Amino acid sequence: MPQPSPNTMDMNATAVSGTDSATATLPPPESPWRLTARRFGRRLPGVIAAAFLMLLVLLALAAPLIAPQDPYDLAQVTIVENERAPGALSDDGRTTFLLGTDGAGRDMASAILYGLRISLGIGVASALVALAVGTVVGLTAAYFGGKVDAVLMRIVDVQLSLPTILVALVLLAVLGQGVDKTLLALVLVQWATFARNVRGSAMVERNKEYIEAAMGQGLPAHRLMLRHMLPNCMAPLVVTTTNQMANAITLEATMSFLGIGLPQTEPSLGLLISNGFDYVLSHQYWISVFPGLALVLLVVSISVVGDQLRVVLNPKLDT
Amino acid sequence: MLDMLARRALQSVLVVFVMSILAFVGINLVGDPIYLLVPPDATQVEIARASKALGLDLPVHQQYGRFLLNALHGDLGNSFIFNRPAVSLILERMPATLELAVAALILSAAIGIPFGMWAGLHPGSMGQKLAAGFSILGVSVPVFWMGMILIMVFSVGLGWLPSGGRGPTASLLGVQVSFLSWSGIKFLLLPALTLALHNIALIMRITEASTRDVAHQEYVRFARAKGVGPMRLMFRHIAPNVMIPVVTVLGLEFAHLIAFSLITETIFAWPGMGKLIIDSLLQLDRPVVVAYLMVVLMLYVLINFTVDVLYLVLDPRLRTKAA
Amino acid sequence: MALLEVDRLVTEFHTGAGVVRALDNVSFTLERGKVLGIVGESGSGKSVTAFSLMNLLEAPGRIASGSIRFKGEELGAASPTRWSQLRGDRIAMVFQDPMMSLNPVMRIGAQLAETVAIHARASRAQIDEQVCSALRRVGIAAPAERMRAYPHELSGGMRQRVAIANAIINAPDLIIADEPTTALDVTIQGQILYEMKQLVRSSGTALLWITHDISLVKDLADHLCVMYAGRVIEQGPVDQVIGQPRHPYTRGLIDSLPHAASRGKRLYSIPGATPPLLALPPGCAFAPRCSRASAACSVTPQVTVAGAREFRCFHPLDRP
Repeated sequence: MPQPSPNTMDMNATAVSGTDSATATLPPPESPWRLTARRFGRRLPGVIAAAFLMLLVLLALAAPLIAPQDPYDLAQVTIVENERAPGALSDDGRTTFLLGTDGAGRDMASAILYGLRISLGIGVASALVALAVGTVVGLTAAYFGGKVDAVLMRIVDVQLSLPTILVALVLLAVLGQGVDKTLLALVLVQWATFARNVRGSAMVERNKEYIEAAMGQGLPAHRLMLRHMLPNCMAPLVVTTTNQMANAITLEATMSFLGIGLPQTEPSLGLLISNGFDYVLSHQYWISVFPGLALVLLVVSISVVGDQLRVVLNPKLDT
Repeated sequence: MLDMLARRALQSVLVVFVMSILAFVGINLVGDPIYLLVPPDATQVEIARASKALGLDLPVHQQYGRFLLNALHGDLGNSFIFNRPAVSLILERMPATLELAVAALILSAAIGIPFGMWAGLHPGSMGQKLAAGFSILGVSVPVFWMGMILIMVFSVGLGWLPSGGRGPTASLLGVQVSFLSWSGIKFLLLPALTLALHNIALIMRITEASTRDVAHQEYVRFARAKGVGPMRLMFRHIAPNVMIPVVTVLGLEFAHLIAFSLITETIFAWPGMGKLIIDSLLQLDRPVVVAYLMVVLMLYVLINFTVDVLYLVLDPRLRTKAA
Repeated sequence: MALLEVDRLVTEFHTGAGVVRALDNVSFTLERGKVLGIVGESGSGKSVTAFSLMNLLEAPGRIASGSIRFKGEELGAASPTRWSQLRGDRIAMVFQDPMMSLNPVMRIGAQLAETVAIHARASRAQIDEQVCSALRRVGIAAPAERMRAYPHELSGGMRQRVAIANAIINAPDLIIADEPTTALDVTIQGQILYEMKQLVRSSGTALLWITHDISLVKDLADHLCVMYAGRVIEQGPVDQVIGQPRHPYTRGLIDSLPHAASRGKRLYSIPGATPPLLALPPGCAFAPRCSRASAACSVTPQVTVAGAREFRCFHPLDRP
């Protein structure tokens, strides 16, 4: 049994047996990404949601390869096969309409796969672009401070005090229909949230003394912003990005549902749901419900992943 | 305290101003509105004359000046489609939207607060986990899909509730309302529930977090230490402190509800402002769109301002801060 | 019969890292109208003692065994209703931080009035009179106006006075004060201490004063109880414990006080640090820091009774 001396400073030291502190080495510190991944991996809801999400992404990417039918190739679609219930066979007996057909004879399963592709694509792309724009604005505001910060944040505040749906509505009304215009509108709606988020975290870093020292040494602005201020913003930014992706997908779906947004030639899940809405009252639920389910599953899995990341990245929130 | 309010008031005015410019620019300057107003076979002379009559040939800043002046008098032009003042069209339909928004607000508070408080007082329990799961769903599920599902289940499937439209209305203080009769409520219920869903989830979350925070505060223990029983503890000590952030969120969400009602109104064919704006957008009836934006924005700003005042009333600690 | 008899009280916290014994067989008594000081470092269990006595432990803490008898009544068997009756009326508590313990959205007059109203039926006027009287007794001038103030509008010292007023307002038999002056300025500390002394002497209320500062209780207490790592290691009449400490730790505490005589000399401090409760050494918890420790100290020493004194030590300091 180790003999404790009266001058032992730390009681816990006596509990460690056998190690000579002079030669023992600590294992290399774990990278924050790996640590986060490991903590995330321990949470079941997060893992399930992430797995599901990856499945959906794969399905979306592989749509042209695995869809039984290209629903937008007029040669493959005949109106005679319309409004078939799920599980019905096509007239030539070659394909089974697993999820039924819509009013124009398109296979729902294929339409959903393609729609998933577009919904996911637009949502993710717009969120990422808004992320880039917002980050630049936020970092600039934090770095320069003073008047620049005041002006930029005033703009951000004004934009954030407007309801997103109205902003999107007006933008789309002004810009018109089309994929690129929808993308632009979504980016314009989202950038302010990112800007505010980044500016907040960057400000914390900016006020630390080593930044002042680095500035005094003449370190170029962009290096300071990217190498020093940005890493501090990463954690909350990751959570915000996932949330915004979910929001963007939902917003785009809503716009499409209302008839503004993507054109009929690039139908997202929102448009599919809208098309099928009229059939709900006549009990042909599958035309609307299945695309709806796909959309809900997509958004929910992204939301759950985002929520779990939020808890993992800030351990104080864990109950 | 007063100067903080004054600053907020100023910011609100700024927001309205900016939005008016954006609205004016986007609606009146993009594309050429004149072509909507004249028959397709009009001659250049006729087009020029119509332009002059509508003031569309004036320089931009003058057009805006006219626009602003008229706006301050409550005149935002006539609807292209209905040929009546756009503002009256909007105001006629406002009660219906407000009724929907208020009903949704009441539902969110009535369901979200009790469940949220319960979850906050029993952390880690099965009920709390269910509530957390529900709130994620509620926040993620798109409003329009929820509305559709509700119609499918309660209208088409069970046949209990109507699938759209507004029921019989009665007059209350000169305004048409539908909640005074049971048949009126039947029409109100599904749209209100759809609109409220997202909000219920949000309120539940905030109430839970706030309750969890308050329940651990020393003053709760202190109250128990002087003999305060559980009922009194809940209503006199915990609830008032929990409600401070919750009420402010409710207030802010009310503004959101008004804006988001346009989705619900479209699905349920509820004759409010929202349905009008969608139709007007699709039909390019610009004055109505502008009028809608301005009215909703004014409401937004008013509500935000009221919430700021409310916050000061609820939390005495803020009142003496500026003093 | 003593007012308060605590016998072998054990309080445990069931944490994810293991079971922590915050109180290990703590025993003491308190007579009517007397003052008992409980002294210890942070982590010694003194605050846990206060909350255990009031049955206000928060999960995951719970009283595992032992008895608490108040005026002959066994409190361990008391129902929640009985507790609500006793608290604030017969047994009152003053918390450490008055900013956190007063409800921020209630006026202080309302909070004091509540303490009266939940224990007795009285008219509005009678209650207000009682509140004013209590505020006056703790030295708050113009009580009728002060009543309408919110906690954040008062200074730290004032708030603590309000908390004390809250404790005395129903003339309880026992007041438990958990480090009531720690969060205050040194200048105010002395005032509050003096005022509490006056209050207690004049009303005959028993006082349990918990502190980490032994110099504070020297003049106030009749009896002293020294705690270390959840155990009472020495107790007895205050003059005897301070004058002739038997336990090396008590000796260390007393020696650490700055005396006028030791001006210019180095301040003494007990070497080492308090052990974390999850990793207590077997036997006497103080042994690793004790210059008198031996192999015998690896067994937990039982209580040795010597007249009015009690201590737990195999190598107590000799009686002079």
